[in-house]
Amino acid sequence: MAGPMRIRAQVNGDEVNVRALMAHPMETGFRKDSSGNPIPAHYITEVIASVNGKTVLTAEWSGAISTNPYFEFDVKAKKGDKITLKWIDNKGESKEETVEVK
Amino acid sequence: WSLTSNAEQAAKEAEQLYNLPPFGNVSLLHITDCHAQLRPIYFREPQVNLGVGSMAGQVPHLVGEHFLKHYGIPRGSIEAHAFTYLDFVEKAKLYGKVGGFAHLRTLVKRLKASRPGALLLDGGDTWQGSGLSLWTNAQDMVDACKLLGVDVMTLHWEATFGAERVKEVEAKDFAGQIDIVAQNVHTTDFEDPVFKPYVIKNINGVPVAIVGQAFPYTPVANPRWLVPEWSYGIKDQQLQAAVDQARAEGAQVVVVLSHNGMDVDLKMASRVTGVDVIFGGHTHDGVYQPVVVENAGGKTLVTNAGSNGKFLGVMDLDVKNGKIQGYRYRLIPIFANLLPADPEMEAYIAKVRAPYESKLAEPLAVAEGLLYRRGNFNGTWDQVICDALIAVRGADIAFSPGFRWGTTILPGQTITMEHLLDQTAITYPWSTLTEMTGAQIKNVLEDVADNLFNPDPYYQQGGDMVRVGGLKYAIDPNAPMGQRIQEMTLNGKPLDPNKKYKVAGWAPVAEESREAGPPVWEIVAEYLRAQKTVRIKELNVPRIIGMEGNPGLGL
Amino acid sequence: VHAARQMENAFQAKKLEEALQALGAANAAESGDVVLTAPDIAENGAVVPMEIESKLPNTEAIALFIEKNPNPLAAVFHLTPDALPRVKTRVKMGQSSDVVAVVKAGGKYYMTKKEVKVTLGGCGG
Ligand SMILES: [Mn+2]
Ligand SMILES: [Mn+2]
Repeated sequence: MAGPMRIRAQVNGDEVNVRALMAHPMETGFRKDSSGNPIPAHYITEVIASVNGKTVLTAEWSGAISTNPYFEFDVKAKKGDKITLKWIDNKGESKEETVEVK
Repeated sequence: WSLTSNAEQAAKEAEQLYNLPPFGNVSLLHITDCHAQLRPIYFREPQVNLGVGSMAGQVPHLVGEHFLKHYGIPRGSIEAHAFTYLDFVEKAKLYGKVGGFAHLRTLVKRLKASRPGALLLDGGDTWQGSGLSLWTNAQDMVDACKLLGVDVMTLHWEATFGAERVKEVEAKDFAGQIDIVAQNVHTTDFEDPVFKPYVIKNINGVPVAIVGQAFPYTPVANPRWLVPEWSYGIKDQQLQAAVDQARAEGAQVVVVLSHNGMDVDLKMASRVTGVDVIFGGHTHDGVYQPVVVENAGGKTLVTNAGSNGKFLGVMDLDVKNGKIQGYRYRLIPIFANLLPADPEMEAYIAKVRAPYESKLAEPLAVAEGLLYRRGNFNGTWDQVICDALIAVRGADIAFSPGFRWGTTILPGQTITMEHLLDQTAITYPWSTLTEMTGAQIKNVLEDVADNLFNPDPYYQQGGDMVRVGGLKYAIDPNAPMGQRIQEMTLNGKPLDPNKKYKVAGWAPVAEESREAGPPVWEIVAEYLRAQKTVRIKELNVPRIIGMEGNPGLGL
Repeated sequence: VHAARQMENAFQAKKLEEALQALGAANAAESGDVVLTAPDIAENGAVVPMEIESKLPNTEAIALFIEKNPNPLAAVFHLTPDALPRVKTRVKMGQSSDVVAVVKAGGKYYMTKKEVKVTLGGCGG
């Protein structure tokens, strides 16, 4: 279910632009399957971004974020820094990925 | 007042069209929205092209006499015929067919000879619109554009051949010859550019940037599943960045080759600075002279060059000291009888048509009256399609999309399969038959009406109102979204919001509707063969509310 | 490092006003320093790009609401001084709606809104 996370980190002066694609169904809980039964909610509730282990940004999401979420932001960082993204969903599943800024 | 002297007069008048003294040192030739019409055709301009809000009564929302008055064109002249619907049948018989790539090439060659270094820009909607282009997977048009000498193009309907096909043509057929530019198309994953945003060409020592703007709502107006990994949009900020970057690279002239549609281009010209000219298409408006738009950075000229191969736009710029000092613009109608066919192009067209000639020539019926499509609400051609859908599919109501392409047939002309495909040849031609409640039907009409009459052009998609068979209604274009459609009746009875009706249609954009029913041309062909002579019982147009005196409404 | 979910009440709200209230942003002032970039017409209601940038100093948080969604609050972003006040994501929209972006800066709330149209599609020139 929780597939790989794709992250791009691009240096731009003393900032780094981070773009991430996460693999997640992001089920809202409002949909029904073909036989009319509600599809249970299953979505990412939190995303934590950190630079070299220090949290710089956290996001709280609802099921309104699109399937396989896209998340872009900029942080103060430089070449060689390690940028980590971690998500946690409403079922308690989580995924973490780290990239080094090149 | 004999027909002969009339024709001689016409010839004289028309020859004047093609005698165009050169001006300045940078010339850009522009074609757009030819919709795969390789050979001359008839094409009637709209009688209804309403502008609402701030667009009311403004170019391009002028038709007939209002158009002629605005530009000072005499009624009855060859230009009056080319640019308006007035006296259409009489004048079409007199002046003959328009467009055709062989005739166009003759004019392009003449102009390029008198204007060394001139570029030919193609605004898109080039590959789609004929049976031949559908059957050859657009190869007929790809090769025709190379032979014509197109230098740069942007896109709309091209995408309905699928993303892979577009990229294949770009990489193989067009390599080293035709640049595809589109600053507003990005991948759906990381938003990487799909095409070059612009190219810079040196014209007589002047660096000229041509920035591309593909039709921003391609995945809305056409099936998204054909370009699942491409995302479009208007993207003013990115356009500004592209213009600034081109200037920084030394471009002295920056033009945008746009498929936004005229109203969107006019708004964009007021917001984006540093653009000298927007060469526009999509809304098929034959705009006689550019509209000059003022913005924070100066002025931008906005043009639109009609459709169906009928016109060639010629922009001559005088560039000195890194700036445009003056311009001359002409939108020249192509009259096939008055421009000799280029033999090389004519031979090419004959060759590419040969395997399909007998299929295209199949006679289906005779048209009793004029068959045309263009106009905000309905055309007689669409009425035939709606009548056929109702009759053949056994529906209560028919919907036919408000496409602006589609050629015209004169009274008494034989309708061939080629003519029918001129109205219907798309890569998702399936007919549909669905049950819809009265409320759902109103919802569809309201949705399309807002795409046409939203007072903010960025919320419009271009195109015309969906054509409706069976159902009668009234429309108030000035009303807010959800309140424009009124007085809906079927067979004299008010439409019941809760009752289900059988609705036939075609050109579904949803992937689930692939192969839903036979291609629409099969249905219309069956109907036409049975009719033998096509008679329009009644052109079903809505009652239009609140538009009295609007110069976009012809009488 | 694990940030607890702080805004559960706001996420459960079914009306925009209630969601703003739950966030403490009911009196957010309209501001040109909150820049919301979203398409005028969504090309796919299931994937509508949204970018919010704050030009206000000391931006602490950014929130995004889709008025006509069953739960209007779509996302809240908590920023430290090491993150720049700009975020971009993609959201689901069931129908045409106003989209509201709220920024918390220096303890105060600011907002802007934009209409995004979700259409049935078809037609064209
Ligand atoms: Mn178009
Ligand atoms: Mn077109």
